[in-house]
Amino acid sequence: MSAGPILEVRDLCVAYGKVEALHHVSLQVEAGQIVTVIGPNGAGKTTLLSAIMGLLPRSRGDIAYLGHAASEIEIERMVAQGMTLVPESRALFGEMSVEDNLLLGAFMRHRLGHRDQAETMDRIFEIFPRLRERRDQLAGTLSGGERQMLAVGRALMAKPRLLLLDEPSLGLAPLIVREIFRIIADLKRTGVAVLLVEQNARAALQIADYGYVLETGEVAIEGPSEALEDDPRVIEAYLGLGGKH
Amino acid sequence: MDLQIALLLGQDGITNGAIYALLALALVLVFAVTRVIFIPQGEFVAFGALTLAALQAGKAPGTLWLLLGMGIAVAAIDLTLAVRRGTTRRIPGIVGWNIVYPALLAALLWLVKPASLPLLAQVLLALAVVVPLGPMIYRLAFQPLAEASVLVLLIVSVAVHLALVGLGLLFFGAEGSRTPAFSEGNLEIAGLTISGQTLWVVIASLALIVILYQLFERTLYGKALRATAINRVGARLMGISTVMAGKLSFLLAAAIGAFSGILIAPITTIYYDTGFLIGLKGFVGAIIGGLASYPVAAAGAVLVGLLEAFSSFYASAFKEVIVFTLIIPVLLWRSLTTRHVEEEE
Repeated sequence: MSAGPILEVRDLCVAYGKVEALHHVSLQVEAGQIVTVIGPNGAGKTTLLSAIMGLLPRSRGDIAYLGHAASEIEIERMVAQGMTLVPESRALFGEMSVEDNLLLGAFMRHRLGHRDQAETMDRIFEIFPRLRERRDQLAGTLSGGERQMLAVGRALMAKPRLLLLDEPSLGLAPLIVREIFRIIADLKRTGVAVLLVEQNARAALQIADYGYVLETGEVAIEGPSEALEDDPRVIEAYLGLGGKH
Repeated sequence: MDLQIALLLGQDGITNGAIYALLALALVLVFAVTRVIFIPQGEFVAFGALTLAALQAGKAPGTLWLLLGMGIAVAAIDLTLAVRRGTTRRIPGIVGWNIVYPALLAALLWLVKPASLPLLAQVLLALAVVVPLGPMIYRLAFQPLAEASVLVLLIVSVAVHLALVGLGLLFFGAEGSRTPAFSEGNLEIAGLTISGQTLWVVIASLALIVILYQLFERTLYGKALRATAINRVGARLMGISTVMAGKLSFLLAAAIGAFSGILIAPITTIYYDTGFLIGLKGFVGAIIGGLASYPVAAAGAVLVGLLEAFSSFYASAFKEVIVFTLIIPVLLWRSLTTRHVEEEE
């Protein structure tokens, strides 16, 4: 593997028809780092993740994953190379069991000839014991928090190198948000790099190494998380009165 | 009507219903995975039966030329794309499946004189010719339109159907064919004679349904197909390619269609255009299941078979009319009880 950043986005522009949603965005994720992109609704955060994954075409710019910038990004190849996206909608297979959802998370690994799905699933059940209890239940019958756990667990079944998370805290109770963020912070120790898109800036900056503030499709501020947490502009706009102090 | 006649009609209805059920399942599968309403399903029935008949008559089936031709077309497109995108590792697979396989099959058919082979070998050879046409049709006609609306896909589907019927006439002529029964002899139960072929049809259909069920419940690729049907984006994010799922569903649909044709060829004379009506009756069953529920679609298709058998007794001139009129109350019931769901995407 190359020694450079695991993901490097340079000068990325994405447009929906004539409306440009991202203008000249550049960002980097180093191996084993948690990088967060915070910003208000409609800033282009989801668009950014979709373009990186290959769900959306870009109008200009480079996206280099593992040091390689492909002219055309194919989702299957990204998955095969260890990039996994947990979308904001979770995109679970509602009419299938928790266990089947997890198994399908390892679909690409199975195709590539790996047969360690049972062990991986055991590890995921250790991280999320609730999923073990509900393994035979249909994914569509789970509570909001359990769905998010399943979405993250399913993504981990692919044993990703880079995990893209889109608003994992959306619609969840504060206690569950804390739990999910603790688990994301733990992932770092296993060597997984995370690109975390969040509206919950406080929680995201607490676990991230580096952060970008995205506003109307442009990077407005960037810096190490501690610096962002102390930045008056970030405090005023995203962390609210009192900040972290 | 006495009991004897009722039992005979019931036997007829269940035999045809079993075939319609298989076709209905294939239609539901293809629609759920690809959103294509697979009108050419019936052509696979005719192609399966007529290819088998041609092999038995010692002729080279026209479907073999179609396989060779479509293989070359698919290979030309895929090779161009592979070179342009630099995915050269795909080249052996493309050449192998689309050029080498059809060529080897043609050589085999030329060498072994299929007419003298046992029936089972003939059936397998017929399937080997017809089934790969399914994924090839997906590649040529539907893969470039994977993001199109259901209506556009339906229009293409009708076009493919018309093209295949025309090719069927070219390959097999206007004459119908009938193949010998799988086994001679009849079964006598409580004064009712059941033909051997009827048993074959019912048992083989049930076995195929069980196999399909196991495939979707137990195998990873079956689950991947279901996942694509449930949440296309979610499936893509797992690395389940839409193209793979589409080709796999067309492969299964082609196999089910061709096998159905081979099953009924000893019972009814099959013409190049017979498949359309048979496929449409499967379609009525699939509509009863809302193009979504496998068990309801299968049950609906058996109902269609029974209705057809009994209406052919009471009003044989109107039998098709009665069967297809069934769709009106079903659609009314469906549209009154189903909540309207916006097409996802």
